Amino acid sequence: MLEIKCPYCGPRFETEFSYGGEAHIERPKDSENLSDEQWGEYVFMNSNTKGVFLERWVHTSGCRRWFNVARDTVSYQILAVYETGTKAPKLDLRKDV
Amino acid sequence: MPARFRLTEGGRIDRSKPISFTFNGKVYQGFEGDTLASALLANGVHLVGRSFKYHRPRGIMSAGAEEANALIQVGEGARTDPNLRATQIELVDGLKAASQNCWPSVEFDVSIVNNIASRLIPSGFYYKTFMWPASLWMTYEKIIRNAAGLGKAPEGPDPDSYDKTFAHCDVLVVGAGPTGLAAALSAGRSGARVILSEQDATLGGSLLSEPDLQIDGQPALEWVAAARAELEGLDNVRILTRTQTYGYFDHNFIGLMENLTDHLPQSAKPPKLPRHRLWKLRAKQVVIATGAIERPLVFSDNDRPGIMLASACRTYLNRFGVKPGSKAVVFTNNDGAYAAALDMHKAGIQIAAIVDLRAYAEGPLTEQARDAGLRILDGHAITATAGDKRVKAVQVTRLSDDGESAKAVGEHIECDLVAVSGGWNPTVHLHSQSRGKILFDETYACFVPGDSAQASTTAGACSGSFGLGACLSQGHDAGLAAAKAAGVKSRKKGSAPQAEDPNAPGGADRDFLPARWLWLVPGDKPLGHGGKHFVDVQNDVTAADLHLALREGYRSIEHVKRYTTTGMGTDQGKTSNVNAIAIVSQYFGCPIPDVGVTTFRPPYTPVTFGVFAGRDIGDLLDPARKTPMHALHEHAGATFEDVGQWKRPWYFPHEGEDMHQAVNREVRACRESLGVMDASTLGKIDIQGKDAAEFLNRVYTNAWLKLKVGACRYGLMLGENGMVMDDGVTSRLGENHFLMTTTSGNAAPVLAHLEEYLQTEWPELEVYLTSVTEQFATVSIAGPNARKLLAELTDDIDLSAEAFPFMTWRNGRVAGIPARVFRISFTGDLSYEINVPASYGAALWQAVMTTGEKYAITPYGTEAMHVLRAEKGFIIVGQDTDGSVTPIDLGMDWIVSKTKDFVGRRSLYRSDMDKPDRKQLVGLLTDAPDTVLPEGAQLVEKIESGPTMAMVGHVTSSYHSPNCERSIAMALIKGGRARMGQKLYSPQADGKVITCSVSDVVFYDKEGERTRG
Ligand SMILES: [Zn+2]
Repeated sequence: MLEIKCPYCGPRFETEFSYGGEAHIERPKDSENLSDEQWGEYVFMNSNTKGVFLERWVHTSGCRRWFNVARDTVSYQILAVYETGTKAPKLDLRKDV
Repeated sequence: MPARFRLTEGGRIDRSKPISFTFNGKVYQGFEGDTLASALLANGVHLVGRSFKYHRPRGIMSAGAEEANALIQVGEGARTDPNLRATQIELVDGLKAASQNCWPSVEFDVSIVNNIASRLIPSGFYYKTFMWPASLWMTYEKIIRNAAGLGKAPEGPDPDSYDKTFAHCDVLVVGAGPTGLAAALSAGRSGARVILSEQDATLGGSLLSEPDLQIDGQPALEWVAAARAELEGLDNVRILTRTQTYGYFDHNFIGLMENLTDHLPQSAKPPKLPRHRLWKLRAKQVVIATGAIERPLVFSDNDRPGIMLASACRTYLNRFGVKPGSKAVVFTNNDGAYAAALDMHKAGIQIAAIVDLRAYAEGPLTEQARDAGLRILDGHAITATAGDKRVKAVQVTRLSDDGESAKAVGEHIECDLVAVSGGWNPTVHLHSQSRGKILFDETYACFVPGDSAQASTTAGACSGSFGLGACLSQGHDAGLAAAKAAGVKSRKKGSAPQAEDPNAPGGADRDFLPARWLWLVPGDKPLGHGGKHFVDVQNDVTAADLHLALREGYRSIEHVKRYTTTGMGTDQGKTSNVNAIAIVSQYFGCPIPDVGVTTFRPPYTPVTFGVFAGRDIGDLLDPARKTPMHALHEHAGATFEDVGQWKRPWYFPHEGEDMHQAVNREVRACRESLGVMDASTLGKIDIQGKDAAEFLNRVYTNAWLKLKVGACRYGLMLGENGMVMDDGVTSRLGENHFLMTTTSGNAAPVLAHLEEYLQTEWPELEVYLTSVTEQFATVSIAGPNARKLLAELTDDIDLSAEAFPFMTWRNGRVAGIPARVFRISFTGDLSYEINVPASYGAALWQAVMTTGEKYAITPYGTEAMHVLRAEKGFIIVGQDTDGSVTPIDLGMDWIVSKTKDFVGRRSLYRSDMDKPDRKQLVGLLTDAPDTVLPEGAQLVEKIESGPTMAMVGHVTSSYHSPNCERSIAMALIKGGRARMGQKLYSPQADGKVITCSVSDVVFYDKEGERTRG
């Protein structure tokens, strides 16, 4: 079970959170001009990254706020937690544990 | 009277405290400090069970968690546990233990025929059987399950209680042997918050089986006692004994199961103490000091009762004061096992021979045995064993130089005990579970921990350091390092404990080397032709089975494992995996590391289901949500149904009424006079902020900006995939203030959906969402007399149709209670929903009931509501929709804006949405008006003779409608709206066919006059 450090509440058990898939995918504002394929790409397709993945979590059983997490999908190590709407911090990918 | 094989002195048992227990119905005596295994051995009982597949007689093979044979059923009735290891069951007065997997008794077992017929049960037996015709498998499966199976399930609900708890610590030390104690001491002294967990009832680990070792100038167990006293004196240290650290999960999350009362007689169990406790522990650092497990040798018929691990013999002698036999043969490939020979010799057990696979026996302990005059047969092997319920003799034969074969005729040696050692395997399970690397150590021929994947270290025998001195110093260093890594600033250091072994010339740092690795000991006969070389005794997997799997083409060790089931028993191959891997590597002629190592998975030993359930059982399994009027409904005799976690009145039967009659009466009342329903469970979300209208405009399919204060509007909410997600009425309470309602079971997901968009897509919108579902009670009145009733209850709301039209709301007082009254309708009749603060809910309900008597006011439940809305063709999201239905499919184009964006809009224009065969919501009218289609029934265009017919859709809602005086149904039908009037057929399970025709989905008051009047 992961330990996730909510930026607003501090470290909590994974069971308090819900997963929100890949981060930094903006809802298209001009959806009318998108082809079916482009729109389908937005709605249905996420990256399936092996390694560091930027993803969204929400503190469902806590403050109810969304935030972003940089997590290694192989080691499950969480490298960074940052607020929605901000850029991912520079990650030291050689860092162990 | 002491048992026959009990020594008169020595051991860590209390001879002044006798304990009486039964095994297979027979009464025996043991002492406090015994395990079931040691007490049985003290009484000369070796035969304790039958093997899984062949039903061969089996005995106790070990003295610890690795036990693969002696699986025992403890207790009876509802209070019984199967598959407990006799070696870990603490003896307790009144204990009732029994063999499992044998019928009618362990002494005489009918299924022993499996042993004779074993050539018919080859490896992969189960897989091959599955490939036979399925009908045959059903037959075989029944026979196999009857004959085999491990243990019995309890016969009733568990009468005991279980607990769960969370904990955090700086350093978790797993194992309280010499390594773990040294680690706990150094970490504890430095001030770290330490948890020391130990599976045994007492601390000391391997030291409990060592008679002569000294630590820091005192006997080892005195040092253990001093260490315990020091640790108990530290506020920052917690010791958990009888606690199995069963799983190492992500982010240093550790699962432990603490056994609190199993060691107490039933009468002495504190009534409020749970039986077991689950510890959900998050540790900053973990020191794994789980020691090592001795490895058996794979030789012909190596599974007879009386054949045990050499270290187990030492444990029974030194810890329990039990002689595991009278005349022993020691069979080893290393020097370490000679300690067992020496201890047994000293205790008066005759050592018939030490059979040593090594061409030349040497080493510090070997020399002592030689000096003691013990008979050593080096370069020899046991090539056969004899004895049925107990080993009675072995065949000892000289090996060829390469060890591949045995020469000529061997010597027949009588014995009742064979002490076996094939080396040692570090207990790397937790390290492996944590996804740490596992490496093969050529020197010790075992898998050892490589790099850690998490914040953990291994120390002592678990890391491949087998000497006591190394264990103590490694443990000490690991404890210090872990405390430091956890961020603890050391208070004081102290030095590592020092070990001495007065008897061993090699000092306390001796390990079990030198050794010779001979993985498959040759037998008298070729492999697979008489004599079984067991690799996994629990699952009855032999070396011949492994070879067969390899001959059949299996290569990956994970596949070999699954195909042969080696290492897949409840013991997870603690004593068998390395032997299996080595035999595979030998077959291929490749180095062991090339074969790889199988994955270790939690739990280390089986964990009681009860601890995972904890207190979350029965009424505590899930919260029951009740409205403020619940007690009144109960009093009125309502039948309830679960809607999510809500308990909602389903219908209110009068005496002598069945459900059908009650629902018909309720439905009619709502059309003819007056009905009342508790609608408090509707999800309610308070929406405020200057951008609230804009927000609603984006999440609903229709337009919201121009909704007037005081007005209500129905809204449909889609997912981004264009599918209907929820619906409900939202009212404008103020310029920047709305109240949204959601379906009862969907309030939380809708709130989450709204929050997600608000926070992640439109953070620029100033909108605040608050769940107010439980802040209001809602009484919904419906029927032609609704207005009259309300008029009697309020004097400050103008109820005229002009002043208070349909789809508006008004503030006022109802029955003297401050209320918001919404003129909205889910029944299709004149209807008001009266919202009051939740604490007034019961008072309002009572006032409405009393005042409504003159209109024969009728409380109605969810079933009548469903019928009423179906008469009007109103959908229920989740019943008439299933996540694949768009507003267009529902025929609700009228609510979909063409001029603004909203969540899910673009998806409605995907080419897929134009397909003519999309399922559309329509009505169905059965030819026979009294026949009610079952909900979920499939519909076809024509009846075919075969079982497969092209289905065109299914029934989503179906009722008898008293107002239409016939059955009505709603259905999702391919291209349904183009089929008006078409006949469709619904074949039923009983072979009958219901014929119906497609109709409009509104069955009653199509013009909607009743609602608006
Ligand atoms: Zn939070």
